[in-house]
Amino acid sequence: MKTTEPPAPVPAESGTAVAKAGPPSGAAPRKAKEGGVLNAFSHGILIIWAIMVVMPLVWAVMTSFKSDGAIFGSPWALPDKLHFDNWARAWTDAHMSDYFLNTVLVVGGSLIGTLVLGSMAAYVLARFDFPGNRFIYYLFVGGMSFPVMLALVPLFYVVNNMGLLNTIHGLILVYIAYSLPFTVFFLTAFFRTLPASVAEAAFVDGASHTRTFFQIMLPMAKPGLISVGIFNFLGQWNQYMLPTVLNTDPDKHVLTQGLVQLAVSQGYKGDWSGLFAGLVMAMLPVLAAYIIFQRQVVQGLTAGALK
Amino acid sequence: MQHGKYRFIVGFLALPLGLYALFVVWPFIQSIYYSFTDWTGLSPDFKMVGFDNYQRLWDDEIFWKSLQHSLLFAAVLPVVTLSLALFFAFMINVGGRRRKGGPVITGVRGSGFYKIVYFFPQVLSIAIVALLFAFAYNPDSGAINSLLRGIGLDGVQPLWLGDPSLALWCVMAVLVWSQVGFFVVLFSAGMASIPADLYEAALLDGAGRATTFFRITLPLLWDTVQSGWVYMGILALGAESFAVVQIMTTGPGGPDYSTTVMVLYVYQKAFRDGQAAYATTIGVALLLVTLAFAAVVMRLGRRERLEF
Repeated sequence: MKTTEPPAPVPAESGTAVAKAGPPSGAAPRKAKEGGVLNAFSHGILIIWAIMVVMPLVWAVMTSFKSDGAIFGSPWALPDKLHFDNWARAWTDAHMSDYFLNTVLVVGGSLIGTLVLGSMAAYVLARFDFPGNRFIYYLFVGGMSFPVMLALVPLFYVVNNMGLLNTIHGLILVYIAYSLPFTVFFLTAFFRTLPASVAEAAFVDGASHTRTFFQIMLPMAKPGLISVGIFNFLGQWNQYMLPTVLNTDPDKHVLTQGLVQLAVSQGYKGDWSGLFAGLVMAMLPVLAAYIIFQRQVVQGLTAGALK
Repeated sequence: MQHGKYRFIVGFLALPLGLYALFVVWPFIQSIYYSFTDWTGLSPDFKMVGFDNYQRLWDDEIFWKSLQHSLLFAAVLPVVTLSLALFFAFMINVGGRRRKGGPVITGVRGSGFYKIVYFFPQVLSIAIVALLFAFAYNPDSGAINSLLRGIGLDGVQPLWLGDPSLALWCVMAVLVWSQVGFFVVLFSAGMASIPADLYEAALLDGAGRATTFFRITLPLLWDTVQSGWVYMGILALGAESFAVVQIMTTGPGGPDYSTTVMVLYVYQKAFRDGQAAYATTIGVALLLVTLAFAAVVMRLGRRERLEF
């Protein structure tokens, strides 16, 4: 994972088999001096951007350990001591623990629902011929490019009339519905790549379609499910617009809207350190998960665009 | 495989399709219908008013402002983000070329490290990123101005988000910051699958780095660039721009609507002003802009598909 790793990441999903040009970098001794200036130049720019990416994050972590006075007095100074009380305040007084719990419930429910319903629909669309197949497929896929905000105005009243407004299960259902377009698009392509013979053999042996799907096809589709699962997990965990419209009860807030709420209320109270502790608290688990599962995350997030 | 086929198909499709139709398709259709009514959203009574809302839209100065800002987002953000990402990806993957011995093209040292770091913002919620930068832009105690003071630029202390002519650019910079990494990784994957002998041939012909980029890398990567362009444009018109403008700018939408965008204006009309029907009208306009954008990019970017 460190600096000498050869840049041969994401195996491109494309069907065209091509020779990988993934060159081992920095492995062989660097003897040529030609192009040294250019090398220094490109390195310089790459380093500057890396600093620009990391600095705001480092600044946030530093600030979360400072007293309020130090935040305003000297924003870039190191904290005099680690004020862990900021974190404690954010976790309990500022309800970060509740927001975490709500987010885990909503994302847990909708992720499972998205994967189950998405793979069912995708399997049928990929493997069976029936009138309307193409129409339903494009109905799903079309949902990817439409501005969600347009649907949100009537959706608010649809959800309200069903008594699902400001409920966790209502939010779960909406998350699933809005995750289906990409999930169906991605998994349909994936199921098409799986060999048909296995399913046919199972069917000949007397397994029903349903059983074939759950016991044979779903396990075979595991790599695709992981990719699309990571994609949906991040999308749903980071979702802001849907809960802002459909989940206005402060007790039911998820992390993102809870933090925005906190920014407003802590602003009045002047508790900036507590707010930064909350921000960092929300950032760190995702960043940590990303660093650990780096390859899978990158694969999951870029897989769709490469198709 | 005929036995029970249709029962199975219906059984498997009913739930996902039903949920999708109820929460996605149906509201879309409704919102187009509502744009021809005088529905407030507050009471269930409404009547058809024909094109009145569209007439009002035409005369609404704030709408034109929001449209202008959204178009600016859609024009500037994809170009800037994709150019930066292409440049970085090229440097990372092809930049470290040397002329004698070893492989013909190499990435710079530490390319894996750059890709990991650049991708950081992509896993964070845009809401959290927006909040973080709202504080970083703070004129008195924010990270940026105090950094400027730290390096001796005491005279340069912009108000950033507080300055109506600057605020919109500050917001766009945040979207660039958060998206570049994704495209660097995406383009890197594409560049890794370009055969090395093409580079070798270019090198033998004496091509420099710029020529190599414009004559080999870019054309072979064009499909990916194009879909990235559409993706980034949809993002700049949709949910992401809503989050950054709503969270970062005062108001939100800025003093005198100087930073409002279409998607925020829809939200405000529907859920702040109780004018649901008018909000859906703006939403329809947003839909048309989005579709037109995608069509223009596909059209501009059309060229012969290169096989390699």
